[in-house]
Amino acid sequence: MTTDPVPVIAVKGLTMAYGSFVLQRDINFTIARGDIFVIMGGSGCGKSTLLRHMIGLKPPAAGSVWFGEENFWELSEEDRAGIVRRAGVLYQSGALWSSMTLAENVALPLQHYTNLTPAVIAELVTFKLSLVGLAGFEEFYPAQLSGGMRKRAALARAIALDPDFLFFDEPSAGLDPISARNLDELIMELRESLGATVVIVTHELASIYAIATNSVFLDSETKTMLATGNPTTLLRECQDPTVLNFLTRGTGKREVRTV
Amino acid sequence: MTPQPCFTLDRSQPEQLTVRLDGAWTLHAAPPSPADLLAALASPVRSLAFAAAALDDWDTQLLIFLKTIIAAARAANISVDLGGLPPGAQRLLALSEAVPATSTYDKSGRELLVTRLGRLVLDIAGQAREVAAFTGEIVLAFLTLFSGKPPFKTRDFFYFVQNCGIDSLPIVSLISVLVGVILSFVGAVQLQMFGAQIYVANLVGLGMVLEMGALMSGVIIAGRIGAAYAAQLGTMQVNEEIDALRTMGISPVGFLVLPRMLALMLMLPLLCIYADIMGILGGSVIGVTMLDLSLVEYLEQTRKTLHLSQCGQGLFKSSVFGVLIGFAGCLRGMQCGRSALAVGEATTSAVVTSIVLIVVSDSIITFFLYR
Repeated sequence: MTTDPVPVIAVKGLTMAYGSFVLQRDINFTIARGDIFVIMGGSGCGKSTLLRHMIGLKPPAAGSVWFGEENFWELSEEDRAGIVRRAGVLYQSGALWSSMTLAENVALPLQHYTNLTPAVIAELVTFKLSLVGLAGFEEFYPAQLSGGMRKRAALARAIALDPDFLFFDEPSAGLDPISARNLDELIMELRESLGATVVIVTHELASIYAIATNSVFLDSETKTMLATGNPTTLLRECQDPTVLNFLTRGTGKREVRTV
Repeated sequence: MTPQPCFTLDRSQPEQLTVRLDGAWTLHAAPPSPADLLAALASPVRSLAFAAAALDDWDTQLLIFLKTIIAAARAANISVDLGGLPPGAQRLLALSEAVPATSTYDKSGRELLVTRLGRLVLDIAGQAREVAAFTGEIVLAFLTLFSGKPPFKTRDFFYFVQNCGIDSLPIVSLISVLVGVILSFVGAVQLQMFGAQIYVANLVGLGMVLEMGALMSGVIIAGRIGAAYAAQLGTMQVNEEIDALRTMGISPVGFLVLPRMLALMLMLPLLCIYADIMGILGGSVIGVTMLDLSLVEYLEQTRKTLHLSQCGQGLFKSSVFGVLIGFAGCLRGMQCGRSALAVGEATTSAVVTSIVLIVVSDSIITFFLYR
């Protein structure tokens, strides 16, 4: 694992709000290169909103998001698009474009940002789809696939441009335990081969312990973050009862249960 | 017949009230009034207990009844012993009290009129800003068209052209022919009194070309295509597909809105010409069958009446309508919230907005052209 001390992403004093309703305040954390960073917390605490702040879909009410040396929300729209272009996003529902086949879905970013010939793009698309185990499904429409296949197809689209950052919004939600675990392994493998930094929103404890190297815990009662660090370390050392309750599924036993 | 739910009060022990539950306490039977029991609680009693030996069957009905009683007893400082109830009922009652009733979301209750008025004004200002921003985005996307590569897939564009143009022909034909028939009927009744039947051709020709062709094709397309656009974009909003485009750095306006608007702007004037012709044909049917005019005579009279500038007027109107329908449909779709209900609202609102815009702009254009 690469341990680069310079954070690639830093969130400083972030406040999230919908109108006058404050969701979270004073969020601070840093993500190092190569981290698998997990945003965890109970339902409705603002995990997905935090992700939307980081991928440029919603400006924060206060505070800043830094990508390296650049203050993301202070940049011009073009510069921001430049950063977002280096990121791949996997949405909760997959968010494949339903009017296009899988091949067209994966090809669209390639057509948009490269000058490759259609033949090369077709080859790339087949390769990306085979990486996620969907070779031969090029001409299928998203509606013809199962939930797990749709997630994997969306992953193929997210990695189409070999991104530096990968953002996942609840990747294993709605998947059976085996598919969820396969997806975890796929994420690990892709991170290692692409050298990408991964940010995951999830509350699946099994996958948190299996893959996370760093994390932040958001709490909806106190409306702020309660802890940050490696989840396994947090499990051993964290004194906060809410965090401990979450990490132990309410049992309070400080031991990692391997599933 | 299941036994009716009822209860009896047992005061055999000092300072204790025992409620004996009897019968089937289910949602199928009305529960007895708790008035007697509540009155009994007002008398000097220290503790409340239950006996359920004769209880036949129970469901949530019983639990709701018990909750009322327990709340009243607690308010009167009477200790409640649930021991006599069926174990399942005890557990459910305990469970219903385990969750604290406080919520982390602050619910805004009743608001002052001033607050609501202020919110309304802010909403309107926000909407105006959104419309302006959307217009600006569309204009910018239009400009990129001139820089060579279109920001959308040409295949999408041709699909929308087909969907909006050719696929709309049957319904446009039907409505336009009938409008022509109606116009000539109305005119025929009046003109026959003066023996001036031939002028029905003038009436129908001018009516269709100046007004009805553009208006009818606009209204049909607003219902057929404007609604479809709002629903398509709204569903894409719900599925996060538009977010996915944004984070890919692809402008949703260029990729989704532009081909739809272009297709409409191209096809609606063509549909308008088609509707004009169909209307005139519809009028001629009445002219030939009811007014004893010959077809050649009728068409010749129409040709003499119509000038190119008048056709241009109708065409200009329908071009404007095309822009407005595309704008309203796409705007409502892009503004759509993230639920099935919101998609329905967006669709309805797209049609209503389009039709209002069509009629209002039609009156404005007509006013300025005849002034």
